[in-house]
Amino acid sequence: MTNFALLLAAPERLIHLNAVDMAIIAIYFATVLVIGFYLKGRSSTGDDFFLAGREMTAWIAGLAFLSANLGSLELMGWAAASYQYGILATHWYWIGAIPAMLFLGVVMMPFYYISKTHSVPGYLQLRYGEASRGLSAVSFAFMTVLMSGINMYSMALVMKVVLGWDINFSIWVSSITVAIYVALGGLRSAIFNEVLQFVLIWLGAMLIPILGLVEAGGWTNLQARIAANWAGQNFTSLWSTLGTFDGNPMGIHWTGIVLGLGWVISFGYWTTDFLVVQRVLAAKDLRAAKMAPIIGAWFKMLVPFIVILPGLLGLGLLDMKLTGEAEAIAAGGHSYNEVLPLMMARYLGPGLLGLGVTALIAGFMSGMAGNVSAFATVWTYDIYRAFFKKDAADAHYVSMGRWCTILGVLVSIGTAYLVMEFKSIMDYVQALFSFFIAPLFGTVLLGMLWKRATPAGGFWGLLTGTGASIAMWAWVKADASALRYIAFSPHAKDMAENMYRALWSWIVCVVVTVVVSYMTKPKPLAELNGLVYGATEIPSEQDVPLMSKPAFWAWVVGVVFVVLNVIFW
Amino acid sequence: MTGENGQISIWFFIGCLLTIYGVLITGAGLYELGSPPARTVVLAELHAPVWWGLLMLAGGLAYAYFFRPSKDSK
Repeated sequence: MTNFALLLAAPERLIHLNAVDMAIIAIYFATVLVIGFYLKGRSSTGDDFFLAGREMTAWIAGLAFLSANLGSLELMGWAAASYQYGILATHWYWIGAIPAMLFLGVVMMPFYYISKTHSVPGYLQLRYGEASRGLSAVSFAFMTVLMSGINMYSMALVMKVVLGWDINFSIWVSSITVAIYVALGGLRSAIFNEVLQFVLIWLGAMLIPILGLVEAGGWTNLQARIAANWAGQNFTSLWSTLGTFDGNPMGIHWTGIVLGLGWVISFGYWTTDFLVVQRVLAAKDLRAAKMAPIIGAWFKMLVPFIVILPGLLGLGLLDMKLTGEAEAIAAGGHSYNEVLPLMMARYLGPGLLGLGVTALIAGFMSGMAGNVSAFATVWTYDIYRAFFKKDAADAHYVSMGRWCTILGVLVSIGTAYLVMEFKSIMDYVQALFSFFIAPLFGTVLLGMLWKRATPAGGFWGLLTGTGASIAMWAWVKADASALRYIAFSPHAKDMAENMYRALWSWIVCVVVTVVVSYMTKPKPLAELNGLVYGATEIPSEQDVPLMSKPAFWAWVVGVVFVVLNVIFW
Repeated sequence: MTGENGQISIWFFIGCLLTIYGVLITGAGLYELGSPPARTVVLAELHAPVWWGLLMLAGGLAYAYFFRPSKDSK
């Protein structure tokens, strides 16, 4: 993720809004609150509040699944990354997401859904026991509110630079709105608003690539303009420059993209991060739960159109050359991070500008609602009920969930102010978050596919995998030359280091889990029913028409994914 | 048409919001046509707010109509 901290020193705001723009933003806030109040009466039980009553259609669950991930910093950060690294940034949307989302839908979802777990730590408890659940739940809850606060601060900073809004105003207004609608309507309200936000993000962001391609004269002409503006550099090839570490703007080899990003980081995030998985658990039946990630994958494939293309348009069409933050401030120019606002200011007039800014705010709020609703569930079910109060009434846990939502938002606000004072925290916490994802994927994957994995194996694999990740990160911090061992190259950039660190920590987790499992006693087969492949009866889809089969649509998305990679090779 | 358990569908809310946005954005585009601002955006001659606003208005009306709450919705 891109660091926006230095943006604060930018010389002037990029966008000026008029009355119509402000009305569009105000109506958006009013609408999300109306939805929250409307759904309040439909969130009285634990299943209603934490799992949206398990009655979402595949489309709604699928769009919310994607929207929870599509934050505003995602939009601005990846537009900036595409200006910096070119089309290589698309890997985070294609190989870094699509295979994992299809795998979640077709292979993993049956176990999450049939086990009737309400969370990913909840699955770990069923499969491995309380110790694994506790480790996973505490780390997830802690990191989720911290990340939420960091995103909140970054968003407020963006609003200050782009629109001239006061940081305190942005933080409090947006977070209180999220707290109200999630506390009132629970996951159902979060999901409904995420679908609304998904539509607004697309409508607000889509005009930039459309008008940009018109101005450039089409994709082929845009490629030619980029090549002319940036002689000797290839910004428009997806794979052909990845044969060497120094042959591409990112300093990464294709093995890092395929194994680090495409396998460990992508599968770790999309299949085990409860922030996104929670949306799919709210599906009304198993087939809807399997279809939801596949629908999400289809739209995820299209996201580069509104996120990556604006950065590439900046490379080809902007008169100025954008630089890193420090250089931009020293020279009084603009940085990579401002490429999306610059393109908005270039093409969007009154009304459309308000819609574009609403898309950014909607992105932020969908991400934050995802964080706090996931936090409330994990805290209430996997920490509070598991370790503090086991036998309370359902209404008590719902009440705890509502208070937790407000508490989560307040802690996030506190974190935002902490980051404002100590900006280096941002880099540390983002690294910390990545520590847990890769090993967790190893633990969940073995738990679902390998009957022999034991509770002790799962716990020690997760713990040592996480520990190994932290140790590698600290090693490189203390001695930069260690990068040649971790990432196979002293030239590896931060993103490349992350890929390889994730890969190593996943390997450590898997090896330790396997070794410890062979040394300890496995669970009886009867206890693995509904949790593990080979011990679970998965409903047959033999009689389901082809067009209704999740596997069929997974193949369709998979084929389009391959074709797109070949086209932009 | 209503959502599950008689609740108003999210698509109805989306339809209403897009309808309002369509009116506002088309209105802003038409106003610009009548009195062009001193400082224009790139490709202003394409009048994007007019056709984008109309597109949103049409889509919004369609969604609001097809997913309108029925009498049994609570």
